[in-house]
Amino acid sequence: MGRNLKVPGQVCLHHYHRSFGLPGIRAQQPPSGHDTGTEHRLRHHWRPADIISTVEFNHTGELLATGDKGGRVVIFQQEIENKNQPQFRSEYNVYSTFQSHEPEFDYLKSLEIEEKINKIRWLPQKNAAQFLLSTNDKTIKLWKISERDKRPEGYNLKEDDGRFKDPNNITSLRVPVLIPMDLMVEASPRRVFANAHTYHINSISVNSDNETYLSADDLRINLWHLEITDRSFNIVDIKPANMEELTEVITAAEFHPHQCNTFVYSSSKGTIRLCDMRVSALCDKHSKLFEEPEDPSNRSFFSEIISSISDVKFSHNGRYMMTRDYLSVKIWDLNMESRPVETYQVHEYLRSKLCSLYENDCIFDKFECCWNGNDSVVMTGSYNNFFRMFDRGQRRDVTLEASRENSKPMQVLKPRKVCAGGKRKKDEISVDSLDFNKKILHTAWHPQDNIIAVATTNNLYIFQDKVN
Amino acid sequence: MINTMECAVDAQSLISISLMKIHNSRTQRGGIKLHKNLLVSYVLRNARQVYIKEKYAEIYRMQQYEEVMTVCNEIQELNPLDLDAEDADDEEQARAACCGEEASLCGSACHRDAAQPAAHARTASALPGCEEDCKEPEPSYYRSCCMEASPVSHCDQFPANSSAHCNKTTVLDLDTHVVTTVENGYLHQDCCCDALQCGQGAQSPAKKRKVEFGCCVSDVEEVSDFTAARKRAKREDCSYSHPDYTDTSNISNLISIFGSGFSGLLSRQADLEQICSKQVLASLGAWTRAIVAF
Repeated sequence: MGRNLKVPGQVCLHHYHRSFGLPGIRAQQPPSGHDTGTEHRLRHHWRPADIISTVEFNHTGELLATGDKGGRVVIFQQEIENKNQPQFRSEYNVYSTFQSHEPEFDYLKSLEIEEKINKIRWLPQKNAAQFLLSTNDKTIKLWKISERDKRPEGYNLKEDDGRFKDPNNITSLRVPVLIPMDLMVEASPRRVFANAHTYHINSISVNSDNETYLSADDLRINLWHLEITDRSFNIVDIKPANMEELTEVITAAEFHPHQCNTFVYSSSKGTIRLCDMRVSALCDKHSKLFEEPEDPSNRSFFSEIISSISDVKFSHNGRYMMTRDYLSVKIWDLNMESRPVETYQVHEYLRSKLCSLYENDCIFDKFECCWNGNDSVVMTGSYNNFFRMFDRGQRRDVTLEASRENSKPMQVLKPRKVCAGGKRKKDEISVDSLDFNKKILHTAWHPQDNIIAVATTNNLYIFQDKVN
Repeated sequence: MINTMECAVDAQSLISISLMKIHNSRTQRGGIKLHKNLLVSYVLRNARQVYIKEKYAEIYRMQQYEEVMTVCNEIQELNPLDLDAEDADDEEQARAACCGEEASLCGSACHRDAAQPAAHARTASALPGCEEDCKEPEPSYYRSCCMEASPVSHCDQFPANSSAHCNKTTVLDLDTHVVTTVENGYLHQDCCCDALQCGQGAQSPAKKRKVEFGCCVSDVEEVSDFTAARKRAKREDCSYSHPDYTDTSNISNLISIFGSGFSGLLSRQADLEQICSKQVLASLGAWTRAIVAF
C-alpha cells in the first residue's frame, strides 16, 4: 500500500495537467504537442462537450479513464519507464480515445438522450485486454480496449495494401509473418445493455464475482450479467404506485467490495440502505438503514436539498462506507446504522449562502468522494477548484487547489484557507471571492499509490505526493 | 457568483425562482431531471408554508387592528338608544373583516411564529406544542368560518348557510363600562375574535387548525389529505379578492397548482382551468402537457 500522507500540505508535488479537449480532432488550430504537459493553446475556447463527467482508475492504477459530456472516453496510461523513478510516477499519457456514446432521440417520449458519460467502471483484468463499462443516462456499454503491436505481412493472395493478387501470377507460397508495428490501441464495444431504464442512470457497479454488475437510476436498480444483454433483473424498485407520493429517489448505488450478495444505495433523503440479495429476489426491503437524525436547529428552506446524498463509496476493506452530501462527508461503520462514525465538514461556510447557491443552481452540484488505498484518507472536491483531504487517523484536513496559475510542475501545493467571516488573514480567500463556476466534482485515488486525479471543469490534474 | 450580501430569504421570491426552475427544466436537454425537480418541489413546499403562514399573520394583524378600531368607535359613538343598530353595524364590519380575508386560522400561535425570522421555515412538526395537537381531529374547526361551503373536502363541516357566519354581539356594560364580545351560533371561536377579550381563549382551537393544515400540507404520503389540501389551497386562493392580494394572486394561484404535491409538476389541463388569473394561464401554457409518459 502507498505511503500515508504524513504531512498534509506537502502532499502533492508533481503537478501534471492536461487540458481535455482533444487537439487535432476538433481543434481549430493544432497545438504544438498534444500529449505531454504542453500548454493547451485553446484552453479559453473549451467547449461544453469537454466537461469532464467522470474519472476512474483501473484496479492496478496503471490506467486512468475519463468520460466527458460529449460522450467520449479518454484513457491515460502510466508511463512504465518512469515507474522506477518515484518522482515521475504520476506521468500519464493518452492511451486511447473513443466515442462511447452518441446523442440519441427517444421518439416515443420526444426526449433527447444526452451522450454525457455518467460513470465508468473498470472490470478486473482477466487477459491481455482491458474492459470497462461506461454509461450515459440510458445505455451501458462494455468496451474492450486491446493493444495491437504486430501486424501480419506476406499474404499469398493479397498485396500488402490489401488488393487481391491475380492467382495466375502466384508462383510460390510463403507463410505470413507478424512484424512489429507502432502500438495501436483499439477500443471496441463488446456489449450494449440498453432499454432497461426508464429514468436516468446515475450509478453502475461491478460485483466482486466479476460476472454481474448493477445499474441504478432514480427509482430502480437492475442486476445484469456481463454476458447477457437482452435481460436484466430488477432488484430494487422504489417507484410509488402514485407518483404524487414520490418523496425520494435513488442517488447512488454500489456493490460491496468483497461480499457479492451485498450492495448499498443512497437516497435523496440522506438515507443509505444496505441490501442482501440472498434474502429475496426483490430487495425493496433493506437489511440495514443508515440514517442520521436531522439537527432541527439547522432547518431551512433547503434542508432537503443539502441532505441529499450525491455519492456513496465502500472503503477498500469493506468495513466502512462514505457518503457525500452537499456540505459534508460522512463515514459510516456498516455495523452501526444510527449515525456516522465520522463527519467532515467540506465547506461549512456555504451554509449561510444556500439561498444564492440555490438561485445559481450550484446547490444541485453532485460531488463525489473517494478513499485512498489503505482507507486512511478520504478526498472530495469543492468550489474555486479546491479539493479537500481528510486524514482520518491523524484528524487533520487540508484544502488544496488545482489550477494552472497556482502550481507548477514539481511544486508543492500550498494549502488553502477560506475565510468564513471576520478579518481575512493574508493568503486567505474570502467566501465571496470564491468562483462557483470552478468546481471539482470528480476525483479519484490510485488504488495503491498516493497518486490522485482531480478533474476541474475541463482539465484533468494528476498529482502525487512528495518524495523525500 | 454569490452576492456579497446574502439574499433575503423571502418565501415569495423563492417560490418564483423555484417555479422558474421547474419551467426551465422542461426545455433542458436530456429530459426532465426527476431528482432535481423533486428537490425543487421541496423548496417550493417549504417556501409555500412560510408564505401562507406570513399571509395569515398579516391578515390576523389587520383583523386585530380593525377590531380594535371597531371597538374604539363603539366606545366613542355609543348612544344607549342606538345600541342595537350599532351592534348590527359592528357585526357587519366584523363579518366583512374576517370574511373578506379568508383567514383566521392562525390565532396567536401563528402570530407568534410569524414574528420569527423568515429564514427558518418551520415544518409543522416544529411548531410549538403541535405534537399532541396534530393527531386530534376537530373537523368543525378545520375550515375558516368564512369559507364558502366546500362540497368535496371531508374536513369541511361548515354549513352552507351563510347567515351562520360570525354571529358576534358586542355589548357595553353601562354600569361597569366593560366591552364584551359574545359569540353565538356556529361561530368558530377565533374567527371574529376580539383581540382584547377572546385572543387567549381562541388559541387552542386555532393552533389545532393551523397545525392540521400544516400537517396535511407537508405530509406527502397521505394522498387523501393531499387532495384535501390541494382543494383547500385552491379555494383559498380563489377567495383572495382583497385588493392587497391582487399583485400576489399570481403567486397564490401558482401555489395552488403545486399544492397538489409532486403531481403539480405534471399539472393537467383541468387544474389550469380552475385558476383565476388569465396571466397565469398564459405563462403556464407549457404545463398543459404531461411531462414524461412513465
